[in-house]
Amino acid sequence: MSDASWLTEFPQMDRADLLTIRKTLDGAYREFSRSYGDAIETFFNPLLMFLVWFEKLLLASPWWAIIAIITILAYTATRSIKLSLGVIISFSLIGYFGMWDNTMRTMSIILVCTFLSIALGIPIGIMMARSNRVQSIVTPILDVMQTMPAFVYLIPVVMLLGIGKVPGVIAVIIYAIPPVIRLTNLGIRLVDPEVLEAATAYGANKSQRLWGVQMPLAMPTIMAGINQTIMMALAMVVIASMIGVKGLGQPVLKSITNQYFTLGLLNGLAIVALAIIFDRVSQAYALRSQRHLKGGHNA
Amino acid sequence: MPEPLISIQGLYKVFGNAPQTVMEAVKAGKSKDAILADSGHTVGLKDINLDINKGEIYVIMGLSGSGKSTLIRHFNRLIDPTEGRLMVDGVDVMSLSASELESFRRNKMSMVFQRFGLMPHRTVLENIGYGLGIKGVEKEKRDATAYEWLETVGLAGYEKQYPAQLSGGQQQRVGLARALCTDAEILLMDEAFSALDPLIRSEMQDQLIELQQKLHKTIIFITHDLDEALRLGDRIAILKDGELVQEGAPEEILLTPANDYVEAFVKDVNRARALTVETVMKPAAHRITADTIGEALEQMKKFKGDYGYYVNEDGYQGVILQDSLENAMENDADTALCEKIYENVESLSPDTVLEVVIPETLDTDYPLPVVDEDGDLQGQLSRASLVEVLSVGHG
Repeated sequence: MSDASWLTEFPQMDRADLLTIRKTLDGAYREFSRSYGDAIETFFNPLLMFLVWFEKLLLASPWWAIIAIITILAYTATRSIKLSLGVIISFSLIGYFGMWDNTMRTMSIILVCTFLSIALGIPIGIMMARSNRVQSIVTPILDVMQTMPAFVYLIPVVMLLGIGKVPGVIAVIIYAIPPVIRLTNLGIRLVDPEVLEAATAYGANKSQRLWGVQMPLAMPTIMAGINQTIMMALAMVVIASMIGVKGLGQPVLKSITNQYFTLGLLNGLAIVALAIIFDRVSQAYALRSQRHLKGGHNA
Repeated sequence: MPEPLISIQGLYKVFGNAPQTVMEAVKAGKSKDAILADSGHTVGLKDINLDINKGEIYVIMGLSGSGKSTLIRHFNRLIDPTEGRLMVDGVDVMSLSASELESFRRNKMSMVFQRFGLMPHRTVLENIGYGLGIKGVEKEKRDATAYEWLETVGLAGYEKQYPAQLSGGQQQRVGLARALCTDAEILLMDEAFSALDPLIRSEMQDQLIELQQKLHKTIIFITHDLDEALRLGDRIAILKDGELVQEGAPEEILLTPANDYVEAFVKDVNRARALTVETVMKPAAHRITADTIGEALEQMKKFKGDYGYYVNEDGYQGVILQDSLENAMENDADTALCEKIYENVESLSPDTVLEVVIPETLDTDYPLPVVDEDGDLQGQLSRASLVEVLSVGHG
């Protein structure tokens, strides 16, 4: 009986209709990117200029100066000689194996992406913590951002902005920003209500509560979010290299297509080394800035 | 009667989505449980009326769920009432705008919390100066003032520690110092000592009483511990299921409980510690004002007793026993009363708690005289009245 065929087969949409929908949406988006692409590109121009300038700065600086600066930064943040030695050794090896320039390119884009993620993510997290409505809107968006395969949102970004640094940065930020937003929100919501109530009882206004109580107390959680964001940004460099982001990702991509195992491994290890350094430095810094949380009498 | 510093009139608080809709039912006297079942609204406070005078310690006591913590949060509007008036020092607190309310909280009231509510990321000194910082007092002055209060509460040397490094009692001292540091007239204390262990708690109570004698703040103190309430309170309000059950001086609550609920509460109280001599003593009937031994003996015979309190124009002098009078009579009835005849018995002060005077009272055959600071005889405390008041409620 043809009438009951929907029982055995899913009553799906007509192929022609589906094609029309796809064509219409694709056409509309193409139309949109054609008419607004230039304007959007102009909007991102300052970012591009900064990216280019920052990459050039890292590339042009002498290698020993870069190693010295990173080691000093790592030491002031962690006060750990072991970690500082690790920084010197890993960067020396990276340079020795001929990956210095690519590492600098990757570092420049990661630093910019992390900075932008924090600059955007923390205010969004604060807004989420302040209002349940904002939270209920932003949470599903974050879920989509974290689960949608990166390639899928690369398509519209590339259609709109072409390939290059700016679409790469956007793709990395989309992938890496959710942890800092989520954990800023969580950190603020977890602040002891009695401490906040005490601040209110002494007449603190909204901004005095935010900057005097909520943000400092949420800081360990926010730092964990920033740490996650850095890690995810690093994980994204290989995928971002597919849309023309230069750096350690490109040799990896090349090794996949040409089956160069050693080249892939070396560049992969360089990414790992960067990741470990960023992770340890940011974590040790977070820990050191939260010394008050340790109890015990040491009067 | 002076104008009360704080006055609450007809205060209602209903928790829920649309509190106004159930107000009629609440006012009609529908029970808390019925309202919760019908509409999902919880009645927190019901028709609270109270006046608090300047300089007194006003204790609000009740068990958990009685609404006492909700009530104290109305004084500085951490919680807004569903209905009712709240006047503080002539200001209608409900009419304040957001910024006026902030300034009201900064200057008029400060608060001490059950779990201390200290900022874990600030040092002890920074915590104490927090209220001043909010007011915009510059750091140097703030730290100087904070240090004074740190010393007052006995924590000098701890200024650079973080709260997590202190014990519970020390943390609450910081909480108290923080509250006093803003120099607010009114102190709200929400179960301030409940989280401390008994020994520390009683130490803190002593410290609070001592401070209050110097500072004369108006203190609103929340507690679930009747012993604490009786010890600290100039007046006590008892709250049950959001309603004010009884309000009065500690001895009124103890000696004339308004209903079974209060009576059940009061039953387990250590009366010997809660009541003072003044509340139990009887008027001193055996007063001897004579000049000579003979007249004294006559006076004593009139009030049919074998003892008397010798009082002259300088006040209470001592106790005279019949035996010693009679012995003296044998010599000469016209001799003036002198120190040899009356015994210089240690008198009791009206403010002493009963516990302290039990041994003396029991050791003596006659009632002990109660004498005030000016040396005037106020009354007498007998074994019988002591035993009577201590055994009521335990019988």
